[in-house]
Amino acid sequence: MDAPAIVVEGLRVRRRGEVVLRDIGFTVRRGAVTGLLGPNGCGKSTLMRSIVGVQIIESGSVTVLGLPAGGPGLRRRVGYATQEPAIYADLTVTEALRYFAAVLGTAPSDVDRVIEQTGLATSAGTLVGRLSGGQRGRANLAVALLGTPELLVLDEPTVGSDPELRDELWQLFHALAESGVTLLISSHVMDEAARCDELLLLHKGKLLAQDTPDGLRARTGVPDLEQAFLRLIKGREGASR
Amino acid sequence: MNSTITFATTRRILTQLRHDPRTVVLLIAVPSLLMTLLRYVLNSERTFNTIAPALLGIFPFTIMFLLTSITTLRERTTGTFERLMTLPIGKLDLLFGYAVAFGLLATFQVLVAAGISLTWLGLDIAGSVWTLLVIVVLDALLGTALGLFVSAFARTEFQAIQFLPIFVLPQFLLCGLIVPRGQMGWLLRALSDVLPLSYAVDALTHVTRSAAIDGTLVRNVAIIAGCAVLALLLGAATLRRRTP
Repeated sequence: MDAPAIVVEGLRVRRRGEVVLRDIGFTVRRGAVTGLLGPNGCGKSTLMRSIVGVQIIESGSVTVLGLPAGGPGLRRRVGYATQEPAIYADLTVTEALRYFAAVLGTAPSDVDRVIEQTGLATSAGTLVGRLSGGQRGRANLAVALLGTPELLVLDEPTVGSDPELRDELWQLFHALAESGVTLLISSHVMDEAARCDELLLLHKGKLLAQDTPDGLRARTGVPDLEQAFLRLIKGREGASR
Repeated sequence: MNSTITFATTRRILTQLRHDPRTVVLLIAVPSLLMTLLRYVLNSERTFNTIAPALLGIFPFTIMFLLTSITTLRERTTGTFERLMTLPIGKLDLLFGYAVAFGLLATFQVLVAAGISLTWLGLDIAGSVWTLLVIVVLDALLGTALGLFVSAFARTEFQAIQFLPIFVLPQFLLCGLIVPRGQMGWLLRALSDVLPLSYAVDALTHVTRSAAIDGTLVRNVAIIAGCAVLALLLGAATLRRRTP
């Protein structure tokens, strides 16, 4: 069995004076789709920022592919896409991707590959600022796919997408996982949880549970994952009283 | 430092500008328009000759300062900066990429403004036109570097615009254009001595009056270039891969 892709131990993060992540610890298996789920504002994005190494952390450690998070050795091996598309609005899709490809030092043909993968071929010559919300999200994802990273950290990649596109994206995520890529995908929509191999449930900066969708259903005795999540929160709050 | 990434960054910034032709036209035309306005407001070739070279340096300095601080701030606020910091790009690769792109733009802007001033507007200088151009391009680069640096202290574009009156106008008042630096009180003189634009105006005034390339001129030019490099390095120091 391979070493885990991500190991988080005792992670504590404070933002603007408030503790947003408290003593979080978990591991993420390689070659699987791990879903990071929880309501808005529960700390998902901060956790992802800590994993890609752009977040100042108060204590604890984050190890990614065997190296400390954010180290120079990881910058070609980890793909990251923020929730808000971080891509130059005044460039065309191809021009923007070419720039990021040049920074990564990958072959120019890689740009065509990720455009194909994200279904952006027909809008490759359009300015990013003129794309629809869903297309812009895909362009944002395309940047993360450049250079075939071993780990993809995607913050709400399907938000704002219509059901058909969402389905296509999830097929892409699973195809990537089958080829050996590790994916950590956040979502606040619980019906996406069922599409993950493994789940991390985050609530108010604490890790509520780590389990498979089936394991979670079995543990709570509820077939619906959203209800299962709510039951876990209630159980936690009941226990702490 | 990686020259491939620096060059790719320069190309990316110039491509962004290419998609915004109105900005490019404004950039190239505004200093020339201001020089023309100045010529007709003064309505005297002699007065124009004494202050035009200094303003030929100050206009591009100001415009490049504003342009650069807004553009780099935008890079931060749209999240592309954070994305770049997760990629194998050095902070200096990014900053030098910006400096080269805006430096090229500034050179073009200066060539047009100086060309119009020296021909149509009848600007006559004692020194070499090339020396004048070198100093003016350095001034524009200094504006670029300072703009990169101060954008670190702005969170919004409104704040970035406020830095123009804070960083540029005092330099304009103290640079010796309005009152010669020798006639200032000790405090103002001391302030004037630490502000880089003073050396730019000294150098430009020298080129206007004399054809000699003496030690003072070389020192002044070296100070402008040194300040530009210093501002770039300080700018790099303000960029952080990890943020709160």
